[in-house]
Amino acid sequence: MTRRLTASGIVAGYRPDLPILHGVSVHVDAGEVMTIIGPNGAGKSTLIKAIAGLVTVSAGTVEIDGEDRTGTPAHLLAGAGVAYVPQTGNVFTTLTIRENLIVGGAALAKAEALARIDEIFTQYPMLAAKRAEKARVLSGGERQILAIARALLTSPRIILLDEPTAGLSPMAAAELFDLVRGLVADGAAVLMVEQNAKAALKMSDRAYVLAEGENRIDGVASDLLENDEIGRIFLGARPEDVA
Amino acid sequence: MIGVLSYLIFFLILALTFGIAVMGLNLQWGFTGLFNAGVAGFLAVGGYTHAILTGPARDAVFGGFELPFIVGLLGAMVAAGVVAIIVGLVTLRLRDEYLAVATFGIAVSIQLVAVNWEYMTGGTLGLIGIPNPSKVLADGPLRQNAIYLALVVGVTLLAYIGLQRIVQSPWGRVLKAIREDEVAASSLGKNPTRVRLEAFTLGCSLMGLSGALYVGFIGFVGATDFLPIITFQIWTMLIVGGSGNMKGAILGAMIVWGVWTGSGFAISKVVAPEWQAQSGALQAVLIGLILVLTLLMRPKGMIGEDVTVSRHATDL
Amino acid sequence: MILQHTADGILSGAIIGLGAIGLSFTMKILRFANFSHSELLTWGAYFGLIFISVATAMGGFGGTFGPLSFGWPLILALVFAAVATSLLALLLHHLIFERLAKVTGHMTMVFASFGVALLLRNAVLLIFGADPIYYSNTLQFAVKLPGNVRVLPDQVFLLGLTIVVVIALHLFLTRSRTGIAMRATAESPDLARVSGVNVNNVVRWVWVIGASGAAVAGVLYGLTVQLRPELGFALILPLFAAAILGGAGSLYGAVLGGLIVGLSENLSVMIIPTTYKPAVPFLLILAILYFRPQGLFGEKS
Repeated sequence: MTRRLTASGIVAGYRPDLPILHGVSVHVDAGEVMTIIGPNGAGKSTLIKAIAGLVTVSAGTVEIDGEDRTGTPAHLLAGAGVAYVPQTGNVFTTLTIRENLIVGGAALAKAEALARIDEIFTQYPMLAAKRAEKARVLSGGERQILAIARALLTSPRIILLDEPTAGLSPMAAAELFDLVRGLVADGAAVLMVEQNAKAALKMSDRAYVLAEGENRIDGVASDLLENDEIGRIFLGARPEDVA
Repeated sequence: MIGVLSYLIFFLILALTFGIAVMGLNLQWGFTGLFNAGVAGFLAVGGYTHAILTGPARDAVFGGFELPFIVGLLGAMVAAGVVAIIVGLVTLRLRDEYLAVATFGIAVSIQLVAVNWEYMTGGTLGLIGIPNPSKVLADGPLRQNAIYLALVVGVTLLAYIGLQRIVQSPWGRVLKAIREDEVAASSLGKNPTRVRLEAFTLGCSLMGLSGALYVGFIGFVGATDFLPIITFQIWTMLIVGGSGNMKGAILGAMIVWGVWTGSGFAISKVVAPEWQAQSGALQAVLIGLILVLTLLMRPKGMIGEDVTVSRHATDL
Repeated sequence: MILQHTADGILSGAIIGLGAIGLSFTMKILRFANFSHSELLTWGAYFGLIFISVATAMGGFGGTFGPLSFGWPLILALVFAAVATSLLALLLHHLIFERLAKVTGHMTMVFASFGVALLLRNAVLLIFGADPIYYSNTLQFAVKLPGNVRVLPDQVFLLGLTIVVVIALHLFLTRSRTGIAMRATAESPDLARVSGVNVNNVVRWVWVIGASGAAVAGVLYGLTVQLRPELGFALILPLFAAAILGGAGSLYGAVLGGLIVGLSENLSVMIIPTTYKPAVPFLLILAILYFRPQGLFGEKS
């Protein structure tokens, strides 16, 4: 199995003197949906941002498809096959749908980007229908689809999703998880952070549990569903996040 | 020797006078995070108020109350403070850079009033014959200036000690809390808007005091005394000295005023008379360079922030 | 009278609007209030002067266009000024603002812009002297429009050129990938980055566009009014008023904001003494920040 991403011993934070992650290690293989869960403040989003190049990594390494990419600027990572969909503000609301996709293809040559946009429009007719409208008119679920479509434009091999189902209705969340499963069919890898731990574990292959900026438990997702210790780690979190 | 001494006294009077304004700005920016780009305007309010209160009566011009010097100083502080309250009520809720633009606009407007409201300010002619108390107490410019210097040193010390006590008081700690994190400060039950207004007002009244001391020394106030470049100079003094530190404020005033007058002197010796008009431009270029280079090479200034203040200052 | 003031207001508003585009983009994308932006107008105007002086010394390029006071040299001077001012802005970015942006917050950038403004303004004073200068001594006859409104042919040119520049910028921002990336960066720099946009490049484009707009505005000001070292300094508040009125980052907002400022300034003389005219932009700034801080066209953040 091809290893898409290896992050080892990551120390990172928004200020050098206040690290949020204290040496976290995760890896994701091709064809795998890997989920990171953990209580609020565990550093899940910081980890995903550190991998995407948005947060400075002060120690540890990030390897992508076997190459050391630690400290590579975010815009170059996008060209190297890493796509990142943030939790909030993940579409450009002042740009049209088509313009959102054009920005998504910034790392590609122009002709290639335009061809990919046509492919995306075939794949997602909803986006094609609203191509000239500003993204602010989209519903929450539609925005997530646009955000993922924008990220897919470069045909990434690693897709980082930060709480993709936050704020979605149960039905929209289920549809989104279906879409996420489909992303890894051709050998890409998904690393996802989810607050909705139970639903996320059900659709994932493997999972890591982070707490206080450190690795706690990891393993096959279905095993973790049965693991009692997770409840204790989540102590203080809302029960529906854990149950 | 006498020449050097008298020049040194003259220099110190003005440097310390500006130092008081720098301390006021330091209270606003260094401690509270308020960007006041209208320093010149508050100096002008203080200067004119002092001139109106203590100056001689004149035809067709308001004021000339010939009140004691100290009344002039206090009046200047009150007037600058009142203007600051009005300005603050309108602008203090603005984001940093909008506050900078708005206060810059206030200084421009005050300057316009100074030029145009002849009944109040004497217009372009200005107000002359403002009494200098040292003239009554001694003979000869050297002694008179020495007395005025003693006065300015006293006022500076008072302002310094007062401000030190204030910033170390519970109220001063609230200032820093607001600068660091307004939301957190308000959750502690403090009203940030009110505390910001208080700090702004106190800072501006120190600028008013500085303007009054300046006018009291020069004996004259005119519309060209408080041009926007003064705002830039006072800011440069604060940045060079190191914001968040009252000693730095005074040191910065000494250094920058030293460079300003020193370069002016050097230019007047070197440059041919027909180019004198441009020598002011060269001085201003120098101030601009000092400001930019300090930010690039020594962003914390000569003296960094007092350690009691948290590390947030430099990344504001 | 009111019609004449309106016409004058539109003309000065066009210059303010052109100059404010760059300031507005800087506030939105570079995220700081650049007090030195107005000095780029001054430098643009004087770069234009350098070009015209050289062209005249070399014998010029034929006569003037019809009723206008200028010929080809001024058109080329506009291009030269835009390029030279852009290079100056990129130099300032590289030497000062880019370095500060890496290590400090946006308010340090504002201090730095204070210093840069002092440097730029006084350098002009040192090099060119304090006396007002004109591009051309050709006398123009005013054209009489209906309603007894008098405008100079050069002013009509100014208005036409402003419209051309705005249309060109509109096409750039909506059709080119760089322009779209610029709008994306304005909304969310991080999202633009992870989408593959090189934000450093976008920032350079912001300087180039801002400086070019400023240079064109400066040359037009020099053409229709006069060149002075304080040309830009006197426009600081009108430019900020236009940018804030329109809403940071909005092209049409900046231009419309410029028109509102120009009209308010010129119409204000009917109710307040002319000497207080320079305070009008400041009052507009206070009013807009009080009632609609995001500006007329800005997005609420």
